[in-house]
Amino acid sequence: MTEMIDPATEAGLTGLREPAPPGLAHSTLVAVGLADDYAVIDSPVGPLRVAWNGRGVSEVAGAVDDASFEARFQARTGRTARRRDALPVDLARKIERRLAGDRRVRIDLDLRGSTPFEQAVWRKALEIPRGEVRPYGWIATEIGRPRAVRAVGTALGHNPVPLIVPCHRVVRSDGLIGQYSLGGPENKRTILADEGADPDELESLARAGVRFFGSDTTHIYCMPTCRDARRVTGRHLVRFPSAKAASAAGYRPCLHCRPAGAIAVA
Amino acid sequence: MDDRRPDDAALAASLANDLDGSFEELVVAHQDRLFTIALRTGGDRHDAEELVQDTFVRAYRALGEWPDARIRELRLRGWLTTILLNAGRNRARVKRVPTTELVFDPGAEPAADPLARRDERETWARLLAGLSPAQRTAVVLRHVDGMSYAEIAIAVGRPAGTVKAHVHRGLAALRTALIAAEQREREEIPA
Repeated sequence: MTEMIDPATEAGLTGLREPAPPGLAHSTLVAVGLADDYAVIDSPVGPLRVAWNGRGVSEVAGAVDDASFEARFQARTGRTARRRDALPVDLARKIERRLAGDRRVRIDLDLRGSTPFEQAVWRKALEIPRGEVRPYGWIATEIGRPRAVRAVGTALGHNPVPLIVPCHRVVRSDGLIGQYSLGGPENKRTILADEGADPDELESLARAGVRFFGSDTTHIYCMPTCRDARRVTGRHLVRFPSAKAASAAGYRPCLHCRPAGAIAVA
Repeated sequence: MDDRRPDDAALAASLANDLDGSFEELVVAHQDRLFTIALRTGGDRHDAEELVQDTFVRAYRALGEWPDARIRELRLRGWLTTILLNAGRNRARVKRVPTTELVFDPGAEPAADPLARRDERETWARLLAGLSPAQRTAVVLRHVDGMSYAEIAIAVGRPAGTVKAHVHRGLAALRTALIAAEQREREEIPA
């Protein structure tokens, strides 16, 4: 159909078309989780890059520079990440509180691409309080897969959000601190020390064959870092090389740290 | 009969096949026109940007829940416009901002053109902002964006005849206002 509009008006109105601002497409894709933003935060082990999108935090990494972070992120997720000046204020506050040990604060995570087994391992690691550690075998037992100790180690190595999911609190079943995906074992020791656990003491206990602490007043035995074990005073503290030995001595496992799981088939 | 633009029909088919793989294409294809509509019918650049993002997020959620056949049949142009107008009305209600107010951001105008073009755009934007909301929306969709009357009728939820009347009255009001503006300008410049 033809229309009564003079050319000047038509030109004036079509001249009002306006291109969308340059960042709008990326921000929109971030909002629906098809792209990500990231920013740098400080941590006990130096600067970390934290990526997020509308579904949640998608990565925490210690990459040396933006280009290598972006390349690795793209390779793992298939999505592009754009550097921002800072995290959104509420997310920054939540992460700060979580790293300070507040486990009640809820942080949404974008864990697309992971298996149900990996997610079960990561969820279990979230239950370990700040300042405490558990062996791989404990996680395996707790998630009902006592024979999957090696797979637990692999899943923790694939944790895309270290520190937020505290895989650094999971140690080798022989009591040694073990490997860490976020920059290696030295970082793991630094973070544990920062949280109030003593990695050197834990390893010297392990080398001396001590796996559990018991109290001769309550006849309960615990993981050495369990908050209940740390309340036991020196003269009431009993050391056990195994759950079997503790059980034979008439001790029952602590309900908080559930140490029986630590003896899973390794 | 499928009276959709060929690009939109192909894009709807891609979205039905692979939503996550084609959604960026939808954003790139429609962001400029949606931003223009948001800016010219409503608030400032910041509001318009938020509104366009909100529109795409709503679209993505809907597409994620719909069966492939329904997505394939979508008239994307009109559908996205409907979402934008509805979301814009809700936001205006929540924010209680008068929708006739148009805030200019001269810094964001194209730099290549000298003052003359900027003045002219500002004049048209101001004239447009003086229309009633219904007339302004109809004129923007028809003559800034270039939608058909059938598309606009669906997008605004009114009969095509009503939309046509809004466009005609809107254009007439624009002409009257333009003449009055030019008159004032002449009177302000001493002979």
